[in-house]
Amino acid sequence: MTVSTKSMRDVFGKELAKMSLEDQRVVALDGDLGNSTRLALVEKENPSSFLQMGIAEQNLVGVSAGLATCGMIPWACSFTAFITRRAFDQLVVSVDQPKLNVKLVGSYSGLLTSNTGKTHHSFEDIALMTSLPNMLVFSPGDAKEVQRIMKAMNQYDGPAYLRLSRDEGVDFLDESDEEFVIGKAKWLKRGENRDRVACLSTGAMSPRVKRALERLEAEGILITHVHFPTLKPLDERTIIDLAHNHKHLITIEEHYVRHGFGSLVNEVTSSKRPVKTTRIGIQNEYSECGKNEELLDMHGLSPEKLAAKIKDIVEGER
Amino acid sequence: MEDVQTKATEIRKGIITTVFKQKQGHIGGPLSAADMLAVLYFHTMNVKADHPYWENRDRFVLSKGHSGIALYVALALKGYFPYEELFTFDDLHSRLQAHPDMTKLPGIDMSTGSLGQGISAGVGMAVAAKLQEKEYSTYVMIGDGESQEGQVWEAAAIASRYKLNNLVVMIDNNRLQQYGWKQDDISHRQAPELCHAEKWKAFGWKVLTIDGHNLDEIATALKEVKNTENNQPIAIIANTIKGKGVSFMEGNFQWHSKVPTEAEYHQAISELEEGLS
Repeated sequence: MTVSTKSMRDVFGKELAKMSLEDQRVVALDGDLGNSTRLALVEKENPSSFLQMGIAEQNLVGVSAGLATCGMIPWACSFTAFITRRAFDQLVVSVDQPKLNVKLVGSYSGLLTSNTGKTHHSFEDIALMTSLPNMLVFSPGDAKEVQRIMKAMNQYDGPAYLRLSRDEGVDFLDESDEEFVIGKAKWLKRGENRDRVACLSTGAMSPRVKRALERLEAEGILITHVHFPTLKPLDERTIIDLAHNHKHLITIEEHYVRHGFGSLVNEVTSSKRPVKTTRIGIQNEYSECGKNEELLDMHGLSPEKLAAKIKDIVEGER
Repeated sequence: MEDVQTKATEIRKGIITTVFKQKQGHIGGPLSAADMLAVLYFHTMNVKADHPYWENRDRFVLSKGHSGIALYVALALKGYFPYEELFTFDDLHSRLQAHPDMTKLPGIDMSTGSLGQGISAGVGMAVAAKLQEKEYSTYVMIGDGESQEGQVWEAAAIASRYKLNNLVVMIDNNRLQQYGWKQDDISHRQAPELCHAEKWKAFGWKVLTIDGHNLDEIATALKEVKNTENNQPIAIIANTIKGKGVSFMEGNFQWHSKVPTEAEYHQAISELEEGLS
């Protein structure tokens, strides 16, 4: 399937439907949100592989675990807030501890949930999911990457979590069709080391950081930008290299800065190569209703606000 | 059933001996579950001790994972591992963890220990059998206290919606939980839950109420699996006695997890042996 839409959820639904037709072990479990998450596309294309589990996430995760013990590959999907927060003990005891081959999909992650407000936001799922010893954690930056990551997840035998945004798409990160490699960061821009600042981003923030940096490039400021689609295992080598070659790292995510992607980066740098870091993300607060782009702006995460913030940092380092 | 009776007593002796020797573990709940485990492993279930991952085996999930010691004794008696290994129970690096761990011990179909979760896994196994068109049955044991967990009822609702007539849930209704609510006198406790049969029936299950210490009744009830023409999952409300088989443990919530003294240990074993003769 070539990816023609920039919508992460559309690609997710289409790809899972296709995978379920190609691989009889694949089964999709819905927490009554299929028309939002696009899991409905599986029901449409391959009804026998679609299991409606109703509004009961703890059981949804447990049933997935049971299916996995019998050789099935369950893809359990709900909004991130529910499948991670609400079913967390089930994720620990029934999935991660027994290392079961369950694929967890958190749709509507982070801030980008389209007017649902704070109950449906998830600013702590990176913290929760990367704390699980056996869990792989993926945070794609565009719809093409969603497809590539899903293929890698299905081939991997073990628990894995996919963090999706309800983001109808800003830009593709690039035009290449390279194969996805678990745990490998993606270089989007190699800057001039004159200012020695690098941006590290993940998920739906990556295309927005890319836009921010395009603005700065127009002003003659060329900054390194690396996207991290895998948060666990983290590409430590790339982080250490970045820390070696820059005097200031900027991490950007729409998740709490505490215990999020920026903290994961600092966990590596603090012990291997300490470097000054500015972590941009959600601060110590809840958010509210609003359109995706309005909320990003309010939290300083719109391309415009990011460009201004990054420019300040660059000028401060001169 | 005489042989199964012997196995049930052996399971009880194994529980008490292990807890006594290892100086830790649960005792009351394992004793109430012993007869059902004896019937499952020595009468009903189609399993192969020398081929624990055989894909067509019947599945068993001990959702009340704190009774793991009872399951371990049954597995040892069945030949999954040497009997002496029981006396590593709860030790550092033991395959016999306090709560069953499928990553460590072959024969454990699902890791459990956080209450309410095993039943969902059992539902998943039963769904998998339907999807894969396999004939095996899935048996889940939950506690009556455990059924206070909301997840139990999430699972119950889904199992009947998917007409899982290949799924049996046994409720070990021993009418005591770890602490619970006091009765008039603080040394006696109330039953964790009431009206089990009505609840399971209301959730769309076929309900059988039995004496959970009567081996024939247990075996007959378990045979109902897949026998039903109505395509319902089966709930067996097994009325049991916590601490069953040892006079001073029976019905006393304080034996939920308590190590017997040497005198208590010898008395318990002799009572159990007398019961057989």
